[in-house]
Amino acid sequence: MEDQSVIEVEGLTKSFGDFTAVNAISFGVKKGEIFGFLGANGAGKTTAIKMLIGISVPSAGKATVAGFDVSTQAESIKKNIGYMSQRFALYDDLTVKENITFFGGIYGLSRTRIKEKTAQLVEELNLHDVVNELVGALPLGWKQKISFSVALLHDPKIVFLDEPTGGVDPITRRQFWEMIYKTANNGTTLFVTTHYMDEAEYCDRVSIMVNGRIEALGTPKSLKAQFDTDSMNDVFLKLARG
Amino acid sequence: MSITIDNISKSYGGLSALKNISFDVKKGEIFGLIGPDGAGKTSLFRILTTLLLADEGKATVAGYDVVSDYKSIRNSVGYMPGRFSLYQDLTVEENLNFFATIFGTTLEENYDLIKDIYVQIEPFKSRRAGQLSGGMKQKLALSCALIHKPKVLFLDEPTTGVDPVSRKEFWEMLKRLQQKQMTILVSTPYMDEAALCDRIALIQDGRILEIDAPQAIVKHFPKRLYNVRADNMYGLIQSLRKYQHQYSIYPFGEFVHYTDQRAEFKKKELQLYLEGQGLNEISIEATAPTIEDTFMELAK
Repeated sequence: MEDQSVIEVEGLTKSFGDFTAVNAISFGVKKGEIFGFLGANGAGKTTAIKMLIGISVPSAGKATVAGFDVSTQAESIKKNIGYMSQRFALYDDLTVKENITFFGGIYGLSRTRIKEKTAQLVEELNLHDVVNELVGALPLGWKQKISFSVALLHDPKIVFLDEPTGGVDPITRRQFWEMIYKTANNGTTLFVTTHYMDEAEYCDRVSIMVNGRIEALGTPKSLKAQFDTDSMNDVFLKLARG
Repeated sequence: MSITIDNISKSYGGLSALKNISFDVKKGEIFGLIGPDGAGKTSLFRILTTLLLADEGKATVAGYDVVSDYKSIRNSVGYMPGRFSLYQDLTVEENLNFFATIFGTTLEENYDLIKDIYVQIEPFKSRRAGQLSGGMKQKLALSCALIHKPKVLFLDEPTTGVDPVSRKEFWEMLKRLQQKQMTILVSTPYMDEAALCDRIALIQDGRILEIDAPQAIVKHFPKRLYNVRADNMYGLIQSLRKYQHQYSIYPFGEFVHYTDQRAEFKKKELQLYLEGQGLNEISIEATAPTIEDTFMELAK
């Protein structure tokens, strides 16, 4: 892992009227790091992420993502990040191949590049038998692997993953984490938001937001030591319950 | 027995959702159905709550047959489906009154049962259900499922999408309901919640892998399990996979859970092998298997 920052956040704040949803948060994320961004419902996670991906303008503070300023260069950020969530993944009524072509086109890849990428994904994920199947007919685990690969089509510097492994069976889930480790190993940064603490255990470092502030930041190991417990769930409960 | 299930099978077209499922749930028991999406949990719930007919097999709930006595079952059970199914454009209070009226009762009559839960959402009683947060919706749905004082409560993934604090509170509520002799069948994809049930069934692809108390399930794990870590997780996984004596390798948070093919595991040998692969900060420690480890071994 290189010590190069790909996300730098300083005093980032977002207010709605007199309600401060995100209150002066500061942190950095390195190249190739798997960074967990945790918080209870309503803690301000979603608002913070919307600012980081360039779809919400901060009220105060600064942030750069992939080297671009979130306030003034939002369009450049969108071209340099990938996004995958369980809720929005792929189009069920398109085939695997059609989905890849569609998203490749959205990201501005050339026809030749889309062809190359499709062939590469078919090989890597062993999609030979399903490439012309409708995505809706595939098991959830497959959909997740394909949608993660689609989020990587344009070789983004950072991929945002929103609760990436919720609901899948334990074995598929671990295959998915292997894909994440591999991607991080290649130098891509993974920004994982989740409120499932067992997902948090896989991250290199995690931050925990409570009422708009980052109340804890460190490796899962150091946070567990700091709060004198052996599970991230307990760390979270101790923080959130005060 | 509060629930008896005898050889239930169900297919949708050519797709088999449940294959010869049999188990019983005792009165006052919290029984967990633990399995991933698509395992068949919801199909089973729908059969037991008389919303779906099984292709084969028999089942009873609160002593009534799910086919011939379906009307009696509907009066005796509370059902909280996985998808939020209350009226989004009615307020909290209107939803509760609506469900109470349907069952010929009132909020006041069974207030005692839902009091603990309802007080937490009462400040928002004139808010529309669609405007509530995830945790609040879940509490309202549980209140509505309890309003007619059911004998058996069916909760299909009640904590999916809910944060750890609300999840913990939710389980505390279930424990209190249990003290009132209510039988609870609850499903979850989260293995950590399994430990909170009296007994659990591990389910995958429509089959039951194992049924036992959570503390007993882990005894079905057949091997010695080791926590292995190193400075490079991806490198560690790749190296372990190539190791000739490996039996299973699963990333598990900050560790890899490792089992060895041999009866006599040689820690030093693995340590040297990993060092030879260029890994640093290696540690190998014995650890106790979790429900999830057991699930993966059984599902293999």
